[in-house]
Amino acid sequence: MTTATTIDSTIGWLQRQLPKLVLAPSFAVVLLFVYGFILWTIYLSFTESKMMPNYGFTGLSAYARLWAQPNWYVALQNLGIFGTLYIGICIGLGLLLAILLDQRIRIEGLLRPIYLYPMALSFIVTGTAWQWFLNPGLGLEKTMHEWGWTSFTFDWLINSDKAIYTIVIAAVWQSSGFVMAIFLAGLRGIDSELIRAAQIDGASSFAIYRRIVIPMLRPVFLSAFIVLAHMAIKSYDLVIALTGGGPGRATEVPATFMYSYTFTRNQMGVGAASAVIMLMTIAAVIVPYLYSELRERRHEQ
Amino acid sequence: MTKNRLARLLGSAAIGIALTFSAAEAAEVEVLHWWTSGGEAAALNVLKQDLESKGITWKDMPVAGGGGEQAMTVLRARVASGEPPTAVQMLGFDILDWGKEGVVADLNEVAAAEGWDGVVPLALQAFSKYDGKWIASPVNVHSTNWIWANKAVFDKLGIAPPTNWDEFIAAADKIKASGLTAIAHGGQAWQDATIFDSVVLTTGGFDFYKKALVDLDQETLGSDTMKTVFDRMSQIRGYLDPNFSGRDWNLASAMVIKGEAGMQIMGDWAKGEFLNAGQKPGQDFLCFRFPGTQGNVTFNSDQFVLFAVGDEQKPAQVELAKAIMAPTFQSAFNVVKGSVPARTDVSDEAFDDCGKKAMADLKEAAGANHLIGSLAHGHAAPAAVKNAIYDVVTNHFNGSISSEEAVKQLMAAVAGAQ
Repeated sequence: MTTATTIDSTIGWLQRQLPKLVLAPSFAVVLLFVYGFILWTIYLSFTESKMMPNYGFTGLSAYARLWAQPNWYVALQNLGIFGTLYIGICIGLGLLLAILLDQRIRIEGLLRPIYLYPMALSFIVTGTAWQWFLNPGLGLEKTMHEWGWTSFTFDWLINSDKAIYTIVIAAVWQSSGFVMAIFLAGLRGIDSELIRAAQIDGASSFAIYRRIVIPMLRPVFLSAFIVLAHMAIKSYDLVIALTGGGPGRATEVPATFMYSYTFTRNQMGVGAASAVIMLMTIAAVIVPYLYSELRERRHEQ
Repeated sequence: MTKNRLARLLGSAAIGIALTFSAAEAAEVEVLHWWTSGGEAAALNVLKQDLESKGITWKDMPVAGGGGEQAMTVLRARVASGEPPTAVQMLGFDILDWGKEGVVADLNEVAAAEGWDGVVPLALQAFSKYDGKWIASPVNVHSTNWIWANKAVFDKLGIAPPTNWDEFIAAADKIKASGLTAIAHGGQAWQDATIFDSVVLTTGGFDFYKKALVDLDQETLGSDTMKTVFDRMSQIRGYLDPNFSGRDWNLASAMVIKGEAGMQIMGDWAKGEFLNAGQKPGQDFLCFRFPGTQGNVTFNSDQFVLFAVGDEQKPAQVELAKAIMAPTFQSAFNVVKGSVPARTDVSDEAFDDCGKKAMADLKEAAGANHLIGSLAHGHAAPAAVKNAIYDVVTNHFNGSISSEEAVKQLMAAVAGAQ
């Protein structure tokens, strides 16, 4: 081969490999810092680490301690309540808002960003603002009293049984705009010919939505569910800003549990074990989704 | 490049290098602490200025959070990264935990030269030393079984400082009836536990406190006296205002200072807030021991733990350790902070009436062997047990569980955290 063709083929090879070369550093970083450290945490959960990591393997003792903590059960229960309500209400509200906005109203361009604005705030800001709003002595209850409605009470924030619902309120306020935006995009992607055909056949608006539009939005439901589920399991900053885990320990969630046991209580082994349980919960949600996606792709191929 | 330009370039490079070297040689101490409220920051300033007069720069690293939890987390990150701060404010068992990790400096030389062993109470030395080596300089001795009251409110309602539980409840009733908040409190776990300390001490006495919270004896933790303690905690809960959840301790002090509340059950760092607001002990505010606990002192001692640092920083670190233990500093700092010097040979001349009372109480308690570590502030049991007890106390205080349930959970929590 002549030098010219060797150079040509080298350049050609480089061009083909370029995407891989560009992605390689990010890939390496993710591999180390995400997956490598996940493996490290999993290893720590099999040790009795207290304040700093301790690498002596002790089997499942940390897990035994974890499941003996009453706080953990409170945390799991709160996660169940919060997760179900958060995901359910967000999807319902988001879908409703999207359908309403999709009716080609005039001020759609103004309403859409208004609904989406809360998403721009960080959870800490949302938590702090809602804490002031829901505080009986500072916010809603005090305002109602000052306006003359003195028997009004809304003390969910300081009530041990109801405090978790205040977190749901703040989280739904933050995320339903985002879900609305996803659904709106999905609705816009539906072929209007189908709708017109159904209207010609005499289907009512409600029937069209129930039988045609919503089933076609199935992939959107799935995306929304995945995003909301992982946000629900990870929520730490919202809980800390809104209730600080309180009153008492009434709004403990696995994320706050993990943080307090690893860093504040010098029980890193138990904290690592709780992190592994959280990972397994998320995996239980993501893995079937990935599996179904890959299977579809193979079918399409 | 022309000769001129090259010369100028090399010249500026040389100056730059020289500056970097000289900057590295300037003595500097980096201090991690959580003294961020008004009174506390003023007290720390005394140490800052003292060191600056010796030519040592003070690099401040404050991490807010009354009980020091956030500061301890930051410390962990710094030690894990291999760059610990020069000195860290720490309480009780945390000091011993870090000593065990082997990342702290050995101060035996300084201690021997300055004669620390003779002037620091033994109860404090238990926390300043690890494995026979001095690792921390104690700054002060705080005690936690105090009540701080607004004198104007007490005078107007004709209340004298209560000396036992019944008088205390009567006083609280009077204040509540007059429309004010009887007890100002912040609903954070460590504050709830501070009240718990005093209620245990007044209900069961010194030996009960020691058996339950230091020795962690299961039978004592499950006794009827402990149930009475929890019942009394519920009683105190009835005297708080509805917005106490999550309030910071210094905002609760502000309620008493402004006359919106009658009393605050808090350690003597609260005095710093009153002084900072321009109030005088005996004239504007009253300080008295929690009813029934006179003669006992539950203490916690802020100590600066010195971490193992590089050789260039060691001289500055030694200066810091000496400066902290100097009698002049101990007097000046504690006058402002509201606590009592860690050295027993400091005169009480400069202290106000509450400070003089505190020093007298400390002498009395130490002499009678009634000086004991506060559980709420990490001087009675290690962090894991302390936090487990926090959980039960704060859950019960917020009304989630009954007193019987709380006693059972207390026994289980302490057993499970050891």
